[in-house]
Amino acid sequence: MIVNKISVMVGGEAGAGITRSGFLFAKACLRGGLHVFGTNDYQSLIRGGHNFYVARADAEKIYSQADTIDLLLALNKETIRLHKDGLVPGGGIVYDEEEITLRAEELNRNDLKLYSVPLKGVVKELEGPLIMRNTVALGAAVALVDYDLEILSGVIRDAFKPKVAELNVKAAKMGYDYARQHYAGNFEYRLERTSSTGKREMLLTGSEAVGLGAIRAGCKFYAAYPMTPATPLLHFMAPLDKEYGLIVIQAENEIAAINMVAGAFFAGVRSMTATSGGGFCLMSEGVGMTGMTETPAVILLAQRPGPSTGLPTYSGQEDLRFAIHASQGEFPRVVVAPGDVEECFYKTMEAFNLAEKFQIPVILIADKYLVESHGAAELFDQNRIGIDRGLLLTEDEYMGDGEYKRHKFTEDGVSPRALPGMRGAIVRTNADEHDEVGYTTDDPELTTKMVDKRFKKLDALIKELENYETTKVYGPVEADVTILGWGSTKGAIREATKLLGKEGLNVNYLQIVYLNPFPVANVQRILKSAKKTVVVENNKTSQLSSLIREHLLMPVDNKILKYNGRPFNPRELSRKIKRVL
Amino acid sequence: MVTLEDLKTPTKNTWCPGCGNFGILMGFKGALVQLGIERDQVVLVSGIGCHGKMVNYVNVNGFHGIHGRVLPLATGVKLANPNLTVVGFAGDADCYDEGWGHFSHAIRRNIDITLIVHNNMVLGLTTGQTTATSQKGFKTKSTPFGSIPPALNPVAHALVSNGTFVARGYSGDMRHLTSLIVEAVKHRGFAFLDVLQPCVTFNYLNTYDWFKDRVYKLEDEGHDVTDKMKALEKSFEWGDKIPIGVFYQEERPTYLDGLPHLAGKPLVRQKVEGVDIKALMEDLT
Repeated sequence: MIVNKISVMVGGEAGAGITRSGFLFAKACLRGGLHVFGTNDYQSLIRGGHNFYVARADAEKIYSQADTIDLLLALNKETIRLHKDGLVPGGGIVYDEEEITLRAEELNRNDLKLYSVPLKGVVKELEGPLIMRNTVALGAAVALVDYDLEILSGVIRDAFKPKVAELNVKAAKMGYDYARQHYAGNFEYRLERTSSTGKREMLLTGSEAVGLGAIRAGCKFYAAYPMTPATPLLHFMAPLDKEYGLIVIQAENEIAAINMVAGAFFAGVRSMTATSGGGFCLMSEGVGMTGMTETPAVILLAQRPGPSTGLPTYSGQEDLRFAIHASQGEFPRVVVAPGDVEECFYKTMEAFNLAEKFQIPVILIADKYLVESHGAAELFDQNRIGIDRGLLLTEDEYMGDGEYKRHKFTEDGVSPRALPGMRGAIVRTNADEHDEVGYTTDDPELTTKMVDKRFKKLDALIKELENYETTKVYGPVEADVTILGWGSTKGAIREATKLLGKEGLNVNYLQIVYLNPFPVANVQRILKSAKKTVVVENNKTSQLSSLIREHLLMPVDNKILKYNGRPFNPRELSRKIKRVL
Repeated sequence: MVTLEDLKTPTKNTWCPGCGNFGILMGFKGALVQLGIERDQVVLVSGIGCHGKMVNYVNVNGFHGIHGRVLPLATGVKLANPNLTVVGFAGDADCYDEGWGHFSHAIRRNIDITLIVHNNMVLGLTTGQTTATSQKGFKTKSTPFGSIPPALNPVAHALVSNGTFVARGYSGDMRHLTSLIVEAVKHRGFAFLDVLQPCVTFNYLNTYDWFKDRVYKLEDEGHDVTDKMKALEKSFEWGDKIPIGVFYQEERPTYLDGLPHLAGKPLVRQKVEGVDIKALMEDLT
């Protein structure tokens, strides 16, 4: 019997409520005190096709999806065809024989346990909508693993409006009763209420964590154009406008979004936008404008794979170089890559501080896997990162000596920032090269001075980042192998290093959180003592390796690259690491 | 009270002698003096082109942005701080070519800003190419055999985009232009003012003489600014007679009126520190 270690997949057509029901199962596990992780996989369509959600629960801390499935809730036959080989020996399938005929030769797996449950029959009996089949399956799943139905009912009640909730609770109960009656004790896997996590945890996506960070950081203006996988942040922010005094505006395109953000930040309001690669292309000129005009900006770039449209609903890490270099000309910027939901929150708060303190654009780079997967986390510490608005003049009247100069030359390049509307100050900035007051210039000496001024801020920024956790090391300080990565590969890498550790291998992991400016000293320190290095990335050209070569003049020993739109799984990754050793 | 002298800047004007932009510059300064708006409460947003230099020539707050993006930039400024008087300046290429995608959206949102387009029907700063408002057959370096499509009609577009203040001025008639700018800035909502403005270097066709014989004032004909269909009809008048003045004006709730939770609490006055997200986090447990 396997207790408190399970991976459950819900699969079916788009529009069948797959993500929602998978999430409800994950949440029910979370509320029972288990560690959970949930991730979805869907195609770029609204009806039909194939979607799935994998909810993983464990008594031990987990950080990623698993390699295999233990229980499959199949709402159509396609799901079984596609995923039967992903099931562990002795794994189970919940399906409805009224809708799906399973022939032994088709299945070709006589080890599997088949649990037919009248999903459609129950829905009919309750006179509910067909989409409710998934809730019946959830109830059956809870019975199969001998878990607590009350927890699931509570989760359902929190997720739906009362009338719909009660119907779903009934559906779950009927699925539960049917499975108990027919299959009690038949399945090898069990889930039990436990206190593994110890504390009450949230189950949230990277998007939601970024949104919470933005709200806490005092972001009041959010402008965006919908683009997968950045859209959920727009959906998160939009309903909060009244309670938190925000404006959330759907711009006509990404060019408008970044320019609106620049305008609002210029006027003194913490502002943000989010997009994916295609939209970020459109924003590029605007990003450069914020650099030139020294206007703060915070941008979430949620990556998906491929040039052009690529795989619009899948995950990749191909835009790191793009984020670092987007726009013509040279100017300082920050590129920071959170690797889990906690970092999504804290790095967003840091992003707003850095943007205002150095009056530069800050790009939070994430990917579909991070912004759409559900990770568990304790309630975030609202006070870990304070609010630092830098040299912002907030008085009603300008009291400085002489004329206000928006781009005044200073020792560290950062000019005190007055806001338009402040009495006695004329705030003028310019996308053309300009003098201290903001008037256009093409004077060669002044141009040199202005470029130097902007780059003095880079020196100051690098110094400031010495106080930030720009890199993190997991595992032993001295290791035989050092894995390097950035962003969402974190979960799979942490689990893979743990698996390798159990096999007696001495592995550690260097996560590079701030990628621009590159944390040269920190990376150097680790790499100097590393015996063997392996870079893990979701791209073809290993952009992180190229950054390491560029900044440290050091090659890395091995690269493990995956660029099919799918994130790494822990066992897959640990096998690949062993192979390169 | 702000004076013309206050609005002067120390920068050297680099427009061609006789440029139609001077009329707009003087008209705008005159309007600010008439309106009595303090210069630190005005934000001038400009794009790229000869018009863009307005930021250098008027001593008010300014953001000289990138080509075509005056409207979203001005939108961001105004939504952040509605107490500011935000006036966007764009050129015909800036607004009707590069930035055309923003035009109808800014108009239909009815954000309380003013857009003044320096419409000289040619690209000046890039030394003379055709623009969206160049007339069919107009020969330039980029259209040596004459522009093939007909000119775009910004006034008609503004009307069908549900503009609440749609007007056209002529920079050769500064007094009239000044009063139009005053009306535009005073209008509560999005005010669009297209200004016919001769480019003395690159537009050999639409010259001061050409305009002088053609422009007439709508108000002289007793045009009813509340009659939208009539305004639309007038917007198609172009040739021997070209109407200037206010085509159409109506009162309609602004974008911010649609966000009553911000009434009296503009974004810039909201507290940045101490936003409590505990309840949001609890909802996720």
